[in-house]
Amino acid sequence: MALLEVEDLVVEFPTRRGRLVAVDRVSFSIEAGEVLGMVGESGAGKSLTGMAIIGLLEPPGRIAGGAIRFEGRRIDDLPPEAMRRIRGRKIGAIFQDPLTSLNPLYTIGRQLEETIRTHLDLDARAARARAIALLREVGIPAPERRIDAWPHELSGGMRQRVVIALALAAEPALVVADEPTTALDVSIQAQIVQLLKRLCREHGTAVLLVTHDMGVIAETADRVAVMYAGRLVELGPVEAVIRRPRHPYTRGLMGAIPRIGAGKGRLVQIEGAMPRLDAIPPGCAFHPRCPRAVERCRLERPELAPVGPAHAAACWRLEPEPTG
Amino acid sequence: MTRPLVEVEGLARRFDVSRPWLARLLAREPRRFLHAVAGVDFAIPRGTTMALVGESGCGKSTVARMLVGLLRPSAGRIVFDGTPLDPDAGRKALAPIRRRMQMIFQDPYASLDPRWRVEAIVAEPLDAFGLVRDRAERRERVAELLRAVGLSPADGRKYPHEFSGGQRQRISIARALASRPDFLVCDEPTSALDVSVQAQILNLMKELQEQLGLTYLLISHNLAVVSVMADQVGVMYLGRIVELAPADELFARPRHPYTRLLLDTVPDLEMRRRERAPVAGEVPSPIDPPPGCAFHPRCPFAERRCRAERPALLPAGPARVACHAVEEGRLPA
Repeated sequence: MALLEVEDLVVEFPTRRGRLVAVDRVSFSIEAGEVLGMVGESGAGKSLTGMAIIGLLEPPGRIAGGAIRFEGRRIDDLPPEAMRRIRGRKIGAIFQDPLTSLNPLYTIGRQLEETIRTHLDLDARAARARAIALLREVGIPAPERRIDAWPHELSGGMRQRVVIALALAAEPALVVADEPTTALDVSIQAQIVQLLKRLCREHGTAVLLVTHDMGVIAETADRVAVMYAGRLVELGPVEAVIRRPRHPYTRGLMGAIPRIGAGKGRLVQIEGAMPRLDAIPPGCAFHPRCPRAVERCRLERPELAPVGPAHAAACWRLEPEPTG
Repeated sequence: MTRPLVEVEGLARRFDVSRPWLARLLAREPRRFLHAVAGVDFAIPRGTTMALVGESGCGKSTVARMLVGLLRPSAGRIVFDGTPLDPDAGRKALAPIRRRMQMIFQDPYASLDPRWRVEAIVAEPLDAFGLVRDRAERRERVAELLRAVGLSPADGRKYPHEFSGGQRQRISIARALASRPDFLVCDEPTSALDVSVQAQILNLMKELQEQLGLTYLLISHNLAVVSVMADQVGVMYLGRIVELAPADELFARPRHPYTRLLLDTVPDLEMRRRERAPVAGEVPSPIDPPPGCAFHPRCPFAERRCRAERPALLPAGPARVACHAVEEGRLPA
């Protein structure tokens, strides 16, 4: 049994002019200890998928269909109080801006100790000792002193380390990390990615890593899920998806990424832009931008279907498999 | 050899970050200055792209703002097409030069006035510099500009909010091109955009450069973007250029330890799951930069000389590098 199973998840926003479907029948699973990268452009629905899993969808957004199972139990229909106990204890969360996760009015030690004592049966002294150990583990220098620091006294990179310590404080089985490095400088980004990777490996924590940065996914994830206009269009082992993408969107996306050493040539360009939620075309949502689209793509929505070992794509007109 | 279009010599900018006078007096504190840019030299040949890269706070955007006249330099000289820019000259005197240099900003949501129609936005430089005779010519020129950036003349009637981020950046580019400039300063032009849209804008910038013979200064923190755009790259750290090199050279043979660090931190699509050498530390405060070489606290090759003496930007092959270890030949190749 997979640690997390998401089945036909639908997230919608009711509006006066009808409902907007932001996540449209998305299914995937995460095994214990696995890192699943979820990539897509802004508005593709990747962050909303993560938020739905940790039960933090902002109203009026709501789960309108499907099921989310964690350790075999449904968690999408739990009352808020029950979900709160799972969040933090079993599922940790890391967001883009560390300041949204840290309370500016409490020292970082108090926030860590509170989280630890909420979820684990420890007394104050043991909680403080564990908080210091966690800060050391995430690479905060002089943790005995820094534990009494306020969030504003730390740099962005240090704050994100504290957030990671908070997310891992109760030894959760899964961490949902939403753009954990996007707000940081490049050299700090690399430090945080390395840290997250090392900690999750050592603790056997599974990760849903939501990001727009394919490079971060290439270096961190075991498998990758590519989202477009609320739908999962390709899912497979990182290496296969990066080297042999089968969905035309994934292929265009990979070609559009500038690479060092590729010289000054033109970048592959996907014409147009992702449709807005109120204007998603019928059939395959990508067909108006797709160089391979045919009549069927305009009429019928393709479902995710196997295209290789553990590799699936939702497309009527798959890119041919490269030979040799 | 023809003269470079843009020459920058000893350019510097400091900001006064002292506390108020009375507080300073009571605490017996001196004035404090933040040296955002501390003496930068480079030249950009006509029709080429120079990139400045570095992390936040390195001073790259401050250089950009001084070049286009949004900030007054504290010291140094900017020479444009052979004419030194005199910051004390009046608006009128500078107008003929200002017309020839324009800027594109990072955030296409903040840089376009939401209450103006696109045609008014694009036509603003035409009116400001008096470049069109009548309304018919103005309309024609706006249509031509919108077509040049891949929009339709009918889009001129719309407001910025009706466009996506990528289309808004096209509008910014159309506005920047309105006064027929030779030189565009592009400050993180694609950082707010998605990858597929970024590719469209970068390709558009290249096409326009070819068609119009534009010269670019590209400010970016993204080395991969720089590698597909630039002919020449300056790497900045705490207000100074630490390495200045032709782009091919910089990416093939980075010399300065900071350049190597930056290149090593770029996530790589090919070398998956490599363990990278841990990079210690963060950029120190520019108010109290470390003595000697500002990079020495993070540098694995730092020695006593690095802590005491600031390295000058010296030739090293086709590059110029400010590093004692490079000069003394004690860096591994």
